[in-house]
Amino acid sequence: MKKFLSIVVASAMVAATLAGCGGASASDSTAETTENSASTEAAEGGASAEGATFKIGGIGPVTGGAAVYGQAVKNAAQLAVDEINAAGGINGAQIEFNFQDDEHDAEKAVNAYNTLKDWNMQMLLGTVTSTPCVAVVEKSHEDNMFQLTPSGSAVESIQYDNAFRVCFSDPNQGKASAQYIGENKVAEKIAVIYNSSDVYSSGIYQTFAAEAANQGLDIVSAEAFTEDSKTDFSVQLQKAKDAGAELVFLPIYYTEASIILGQADKMGYAPMFFGCDGLDGILAVEDFDTSLAEGVMLLTPFAADAQDELTQNFVKAYQEAYGDIPNQFAADAYDGIYAIKAAAEKAGITPDMSASDICDAMKAAMTEITVDGLTGAGMTWGADGEPNKAPKAVKITNGAYAAM
Amino acid sequence: MSFISYLINGVSLGSVYAIIALGYTMVYGIAKMLNFAHGDVIMVGGYVVFVLVSGMGLPPILGVLVSMVVCTVLGITIEKVAYKPLRMAASPLAVLITAIGVSYLLQNIALLLFGANTKSFTSVVTIPAVVLADGKLTISGETIVTIAACIVIMIGLTLFINLTKAGQAMLAVSEDKGAAQLMGINVNGTIALTFAIGSALAAVAGVLLCSTYPSLTPYTGAMPGIKAFVAAVFGGIGSIPGAMIGGILLGVIEILGKAYISSQMADAIVFAVLIVVLLVKPTGILGKEIQEKV
Repeated sequence: MKKFLSIVVASAMVAATLAGCGGASASDSTAETTENSASTEAAEGGASAEGATFKIGGIGPVTGGAAVYGQAVKNAAQLAVDEINAAGGINGAQIEFNFQDDEHDAEKAVNAYNTLKDWNMQMLLGTVTSTPCVAVVEKSHEDNMFQLTPSGSAVESIQYDNAFRVCFSDPNQGKASAQYIGENKVAEKIAVIYNSSDVYSSGIYQTFAAEAANQGLDIVSAEAFTEDSKTDFSVQLQKAKDAGAELVFLPIYYTEASIILGQADKMGYAPMFFGCDGLDGILAVEDFDTSLAEGVMLLTPFAADAQDELTQNFVKAYQEAYGDIPNQFAADAYDGIYAIKAAAEKAGITPDMSASDICDAMKAAMTEITVDGLTGAGMTWGADGEPNKAPKAVKITNGAYAAM
Repeated sequence: MSFISYLINGVSLGSVYAIIALGYTMVYGIAKMLNFAHGDVIMVGGYVVFVLVSGMGLPPILGVLVSMVVCTVLGITIEKVAYKPLRMAASPLAVLITAIGVSYLLQNIALLLFGANTKSFTSVVTIPAVVLADGKLTISGETIVTIAACIVIMIGLTLFINLTKAGQAMLAVSEDKGAAQLMGINVNGTIALTFAIGSALAAVAGVLLCSTYPSLTPYTGAMPGIKAFVAAVFGGIGSIPGAMIGGILLGVIEILGKAYISSQMADAIVFAVLIVVLLVKPTGILGKEIQEKV
C-alpha cells in the first residue's frame, strides 16, 4: 500500500513537473511558430505588393542575472523599429525584429543566433553582454553577417570587420573612468573590486590601472572575485577600508554591486562608489534598498533626465510603451537601430540581397555615416568598429540617475 | 584589528557551512548516502522566507518557522519518493544519481516559479551591528546571530542524540542497520526523522546565508552545498562534531586565504586543503577508521 502510494506521489510529481516544463515550452514554441508563420505570410503578402522586409535579429539576456539589460535593449529596439516602420521603413522596406533570450550565457547566445539564422535573419543587433558577444561574433564572422552590438564592450566582442558597436569598449571605459576621477579630483586613494573571471570586468580594470598611474591616482587595493564566490565581499571591503580608500571603483555588473553596497553599509564603511555602464540597472534590482546606492557615480553615455529634445521624446515614448524609465542600454539599442537605418540607406541595400552581400555593403557604409543619437551627438565609426563620442558621468540622487 | 575582523567573518561563514554540513553528515551516517539535493533545500528555504516576509509582509520569525516546516516536509517527501524505493533494491550509485536528479529538479522548479532574476533578500535579522575599538571593528547583527544559531544547534543536536530514545535509535541505525532492526527499531522512521532534521536545519542555513549575503537565485544553494559537503568530508563524514569543526575551519580558511594569499584563489585554496587533509587522514579529522570484517 505504502509502495503504491509512493509510486502515485512520484508519478504525480514527475507529471506535474513535466507538465510545467512541457506546457511552457510548448506554448512558447507555438507562439513562435504562429508569430513566424504570421510574419512569413506578411512578408510574402508584402513581397507581392511592395517588396520584402528587412529581417533584423536581436540577442540578449531577457532573464537571468543581467535581465535588466536584455529587456531594455529589446524594448528600445522594438520602439525604434516601430518608429521607422511608421515613417516608411528603410529604403521603402519595412523591418521585422525578432529578439531571442541568451540569459547572459555564451552557449545559449550561439543557440539563439542559430535560431535567428533559421528565421533568415539578415542583420544582427546584439548581443547585449560581452561574454556571449565574443562567442557570437565568431559565428557571425564565419557567416559574414552584419553585426552591431549595442553594449558588448569587450575588445574581442567586435574583433572582426563585420562587427561594430554603439557603446564604449572596455579599455575606453577604464581609461575614461580614470581620467574622469583624475581630472575632476574626485578622489586620490582608490580601491578596486573586480571580477577576474569576466572579460568585461578584468578588461576595464587593466586599462583603469594603467591610466590611473598617468593621472596620479593611487590604487591602494585591488581585489578580485570569481563567478563561484560572488556573494561574500567582506574581505575585499575590509582591505579597501584598511588601505584608507576614499573611493571604491566597481567595474562590475549591478547584481554583485548591490551586494557590495549592502555589505559595505553593514560594516559601517561609506566611501564613494564609482562604476561603469555595468552598474546601470542597480536601481531596478528587485527588493533592493535604493537608499544604499545614493551617491553612486557611474560613467555612462546616457542620462534619462537630459534636457535635449531627442532624449526627452525617447524617454516619453519609452515610458508610455513600457512604464519604466529607460537606462543606457535602451539608449544604445535605440541608437543602434537608427545607425543600421543610416548605414542601410547609405549603402542602398534591399531586402532581397543575401545576408553576406548586405554585410559587405553595410561595413563600408558604417564608416561613412554620422549619427546624432541619444548616447552622443555626431557619432562616427572607424573600420575597427569602435564609435567616436564623448563619455558622460551620472550620479544616483534621490533614487534616480542625474547628470553630473 | 583587521585580522580579528577576518576571523569573525570566517567563523560566521563557517557556521553556515557547518549547519549545512550537519544535514549531509547525518544523512550519510544513517542512510549511507550522499544527499546532493541538500544544497537546494537551502535555496527552497530562502525562497519561502522571501515570499512570506518580503512578499506577504509576515513577521520574520514566523517566516523562518514556516520555512522550516516547508523544508521538513520537502525533505521527508524527497526521501519517501526518490530515495527510499531505491535504497533496498538498487546499488548505492543509483541513489546518488537520483540525488543529483532531485537537485536539478528543485533548481529548475525554482527557475520556473521565480525566474532567473536575482532577488535582493531583505535580512531577517534586526539586531544592530556592534561597533568596537572606535569603529575599527564592526560585527554585523547577522554575524552574531549566525554564530549563536550554530552553537545552539550544535548543543541541541548533541543533547538530542545522547539523551532521547529517537537519538539513540539514530546512533544504533548508523552503527548497524540490520542489528538495529532486529532490536525493534523502526529503521525507515529513523531515516525519515534524520531527513526531517537535516532539512529543517537547511532552512535555517538558507535564511542565515541569504541574510548575510543578500541575494537569492535558483542556484544560491549549489556552491554552499558543495562547500558544506567538503566540510563534512573534511571533518569526517558521519560525525556530527566533525561537521561543525570542518565547517568552521573551512570558512576560516576561505576568508583568511582570500585576505592574505589571493582573493581570486579562495576556492582553489579551500579545495587544495581538502586534498591535503584527505591524503594525510583519509577519514577526515574526526572520522573513525572502520575495519571491514570478513
